[in-house]
Amino acid sequence: MIQEKVAKTRAASGEAPMLLSLRNVGKVFSNGVTALSQVDLAIREGDFLSLLGPSGCGKSTALRLIAGLSTPTSGQLDWRGSIDRSNIGFVFQEPTLLPWASVFDNVWLPLRLKGVSRAKAGPAVMEMLSRVHLTGFENAVPRELSGGMKMRVSIARAMVTKPRILLMDEPFAALDEITRFKLNNDLLELWQDERFTVVFVTHSVFESVFLSSRVVVMAARPGRVFGELRVDAPYPRDEAFRTSPDYAALCRQASDVLVNAINSTAGSHHDGH
Amino acid sequence: MTAIEDTTLKLDPEEARRVRQERLERIGKWVLPLAIMVLAIWLWDRICVWNEIPQYILPRPGVVLQTLHNDAGLLFSSLLVTLRITFLSLLLAVFGGVGLAVLFAQSKWVEMSFFPFAIVLQVTPIVAIFPLINIYVNNQTVKLLLCAWIVAFFPILSNTTLGLNSVDRNLRDLFKLNGATRWQQLRYLRLPAAMPYFLGGLKIAGGLSLIGAVVAEFVAGAQGQSSGLASRIIEAGYRLNAPRLFAALILISLTGILIFLVLSLVSHLILRRWHESALKQER
Repeated sequence: MIQEKVAKTRAASGEAPMLLSLRNVGKVFSNGVTALSQVDLAIREGDFLSLLGPSGCGKSTALRLIAGLSTPTSGQLDWRGSIDRSNIGFVFQEPTLLPWASVFDNVWLPLRLKGVSRAKAGPAVMEMLSRVHLTGFENAVPRELSGGMKMRVSIARAMVTKPRILLMDEPFAALDEITRFKLNNDLLELWQDERFTVVFVTHSVFESVFLSSRVVVMAARPGRVFGELRVDAPYPRDEAFRTSPDYAALCRQASDVLVNAINSTAGSHHDGH
Repeated sequence: MTAIEDTTLKLDPEEARRVRQERLERIGKWVLPLAIMVLAIWLWDRICVWNEIPQYILPRPGVVLQTLHNDAGLLFSSLLVTLRITFLSLLLAVFGGVGLAVLFAQSKWVEMSFFPFAIVLQVTPIVAIFPLINIYVNNQTVKLLLCAWIVAFFPILSNTTLGLNSVDRNLRDLFKLNGATRWQQLRYLRLPAAMPYFLGGLKIAGGLSLIGAVVAEFVAGAQGQSSGLASRIIEAGYRLNAPRLFAALILISLTGILIFLVLSLVSHLILRRWHESALKQER
């Protein structure tokens, strides 16, 4: 397992400042399942970090811990400076919109909960909607939108408060490939313009390599960090990158690490999973 | 729903058959029940004639209609009395049911502690409770209202409670992440999410409040204290005035149907933009 920490090029000095570090974090559920064990993870300002792993490796649990929706059993999370919840944006696996509210009202929601009136929130909401290419749809209700458009609303809602860190929990897993590629491109565009930090949970090697600057591979039972891969390909990344040999090589590397991560679990538990 | 009416479009036999089927169903939906209803009334009339059944046992439909017209003043003023109780009790059921549901939604402990009381009220036959109410409550209207309310509030309470507790987990997390207060969560998330459930309960409660009002009048009327439709029925029964009895019965049925239709319409208007139940079938 130790030799698998191949590409773990530890943060060279002179990089962006640290935003959050997880130190020896563990989470045990009341039913005795160890969801996470001894996770060490350093997230820097401006990182696009993917958590890649098989189901049950605790990647969603890690995201919920970072979001503050759940508390660690052991270890700690250190934020640099003061961060409160308004600095965190969260995008769920499902669009998770209010079905009775218009697109505008859905995006307004986080501001509304902070007491910002409709009129005052208007410009920010409309700007965010244009950033996710949904101008003109502000009066539609979610059921009138396609799956991809709903996800765009969800991203706009997460970003409308201008969070410092955006947490995404397999946001595009339920979409078809063409829509997913488009949303990947648009998300990268948004990220490059604003330079917020992203933690992106996925089980797709290809998606993680295409999007991220760092891919952290996790293994299951117990959920833990298995290895890390730096993706040094320059941004902006576009469709040309998607078909380049560099991309294919990186995917192969990430895939190898992932296979080893999966095997490490299968080797230690002969329980028929 | 893109009904293909355009005949310039060339349809294969299967599609053509489906279009024909759809058209037939659209017409049949109205014609069939109406035809059966007319047939049943005609049969009723014939049975009276063929068997020479006396009017005080089973009046012919024509006679009932005639009575409905002749006794309109008496019957409709009684209907008004019954309707007043019905609507007031429905209103109270809405406030009571939703109010209690919101209270229950504040904490699982409250719900666990008090829900059994609601069930006890619901399962005990109102006819059996009425003598007690009769002892404790003096005011006639209050008496009837209380009866009808007990019958009607439960579906609203139980449905709304279910709705308030059926909020998507992720949405709940989203509100938590954004630091929503308890009140904000109720106002912007749980109440709207409970709306379809509440409206389902309201549809049931509408019918029940009418039933509750009539039953309460029946029990009260037996003691000669009421002037609603139920007392007209009892009175007509004593006098073997079967036509009036039938006329009153028809009025009650029609009122019940009307209440249901109105509440269905209200429900449809509120939900039509977003809820699955109110959407047209799309393929």
